Amino acid sequence: MAKLISELCELVHPLSVEDYTKQGGFSALEKTFKIPPEDVIKEISDSKLVGRGGAAFPSGIKMNVVAKEQNEIKYVICNADEGEPGTFKDKYLLNHVPFQIIEGMIIAGYAVGAHYGYIYIRGEYPDTHALLKRAIQELKKNQYLGNNIMDSGFNFNIELRAGTGAYVCGEETALIESIEGKGGDPRLKFPYTAVRGLWDKPTLVNNVETLANFCVVMNIGAEKYKMLGTDNSKGTKLFSVSGCVNKKGVYELEFGTSLRELIDTYCGGIEDDKAIKFVQVGGSSGGVFPAHMLDIALDYESFRKYGVGLGSGAVFVADESICIVDFLKATMKFFQHESCGKCTPCREGNRHIVKILDRISEGKGKMNDIKILLSICNAMIETALCGLGQSAPTALLTCIEYFRDEIEEHIHGYCRTGVCKFGKEGY
Amino acid sequence: MELRDQIMGIVDEIGNSEDKLIEILISVQKKSEHHYLSEQSLILIAELLNIPFSKVYGIASFYSMLSTKKRGKYVIQICNSTPCYLYKGKEIVNMFEDILGIKMGEVTQDGLISLEYTSCIGACDQAPAIRVNDRVYGNLDRGKIYKVITSIRRGEL
Ligand SMILES: Cc1cc2nc3c(=O)[nH]c(=O)nc-3n(C[C@H](O)[C@H](O)[C@H](O)COP(=O)(O)O)c2cc1C
Ligand code: SF4
Repeated sequence: MAKLISELCELVHPLSVEDYTKQGGFSALEKTFKIPPEDVIKEISDSKLVGRGGAAFPSGIKMNVVAKEQNEIKYVICNADEGEPGTFKDKYLLNHVPFQIIEGMIIAGYAVGAHYGYIYIRGEYPDTHALLKRAIQELKKNQYLGNNIMDSGFNFNIELRAGTGAYVCGEETALIESIEGKGGDPRLKFPYTAVRGLWDKPTLVNNVETLANFCVVMNIGAEKYKMLGTDNSKGTKLFSVSGCVNKKGVYELEFGTSLRELIDTYCGGIEDDKAIKFVQVGGSSGGVFPAHMLDIALDYESFRKYGVGLGSGAVFVADESICIVDFLKATMKFFQHESCGKCTPCREGNRHIVKILDRISEGKGKMNDIKILLSICNAMIETALCGLGQSAPTALLTCIEYFRDEIEEHIHGYCRTGVCKFGKEGY
Repeated sequence: MELRDQIMGIVDEIGNSEDKLIEILISVQKKSEHHYLSEQSLILIAELLNIPFSKVYGIASFYSMLSTKKRGKYVIQICNSTPCYLYKGKEIVNMFEDILGIKMGEVTQDGLISLEYTSCIGACDQAPAIRVNDRVYGNLDRGKIYKVITSIRRGEL
């Protein structure tokens, strides 16, 4: 396993500055302070690092936009909302190496000219919240936060903000609304948050894992960083594996590793030697791959070929006891619940999809329903306002592609797994 | 008077600017024995922050971790996202309903325990997982469920 960003996890005490510096902590920041901000951005750009929060946007380009803005006040936000079902890798990093994430924020602040940062931590992680609070205190005490950090003349401070259980608040414009104390409705994409973000100031929003990568890039340099991974996916990625594998957990892998290797080698295969039915990559908004496609490489370009993304790197492994329609119902109910309701395609689309899936699982579906589902999905992808509505249909679309038989069986009143009872009482 | 003092204390501590509203709501709910925001507390918060009640109410109902409905002293939240729900999660829902004699969304008659769903709590590696107030319990089975409920009833949690 190529451990770069998670190298120090479980090696240092999360709140010991001494441990952290002994293991090379803050050396990335030291290197950063020795060169002008433009060169830091150049290093990040050269590394070809892309954001790990799901959208895979080139980090250097985003930094550059914020840096170019002429404004005395700018912000760096650490997106620790981690709401994508099946994802727990940011929690892993924050619980083990909170200093590394903050170091990444300071590097980002220096690069773009921001002196203030926010960490938006999900409400469901109260322990992590408490830990971060103490981590910030420790760093203040040791002068890694505050004025003139490491005698660089650079000042940086951080505040913590908690989410309150809204998936949509992980979307960066909704997150900003939430920090401002409003309901988390996504804003229109323009102007970009990089130009007008928090309180209308230029704002750099980055995922926890991306920030951890800033430290790695500054430490080993872009040249060395680029040697890891594939042509278009550089470095490593954290995968959060759940479902029916023997060893669930967070794994750091070089891009290009196959899904099969992750499951068989790292996760110790499938429980009770059952057969895999499908694997969903990217959380509830990710695509579904049937068992015969497990040789797919975990990198952006391989996934793009199938019209899906790696998303947050959540990997849910399902065995044959799981019913496709039941899975889809659970997935789509999540989106129905989490839709903020601001735009019609998402609000109504999710509601209709759930209704139709309910009908199908009760044996009351019609063959035409699949066609209707497809057209709702397409309308959502094309017209929903934010990523939630646009990506909500991904699982459904891929399941219609690979498991159409099983959905049609339900329409004919048969569930091969016995999960759907069609109104008859089960055993 | 007591509620007013308590909320004033919280607002003093956190600050009374509008961007602090969510923090204040979380804090007030945390202090409430039944983990919810009563109408009266929302009215007080609106007054102290000098913002319309409708806005405070809107925020309180938008975020799913905030509740405007009275809940149990112990809120058992069962994860219904796919990694838990499809991995024995459905079975544990049945067990909880069975043992407590209430359905999901209900509160036990003595007001002690409520049963709810929650979206993913990031404990997918310990599926099926639940949250009781702020604590996460994973790898649940019937035995562990009994243990959790017994320790709630004995006041040990
Ligand atoms: C519905 C929705 C939820 C999201 N949730 C998260 C999240 O929990 N964490 C995260 O880092 N990014 C999330 N994102 C992506 C952010 O909008 C944003 O792209 C990201 O924080 C940028 O950081 P990065 O460039 O470092 O990836 C979400 C996007 C959408 C549309
Ligand atoms: S796509 Fe959904 S979540 Fe996003 S703005 Fe529209 S209704 Fe809200």
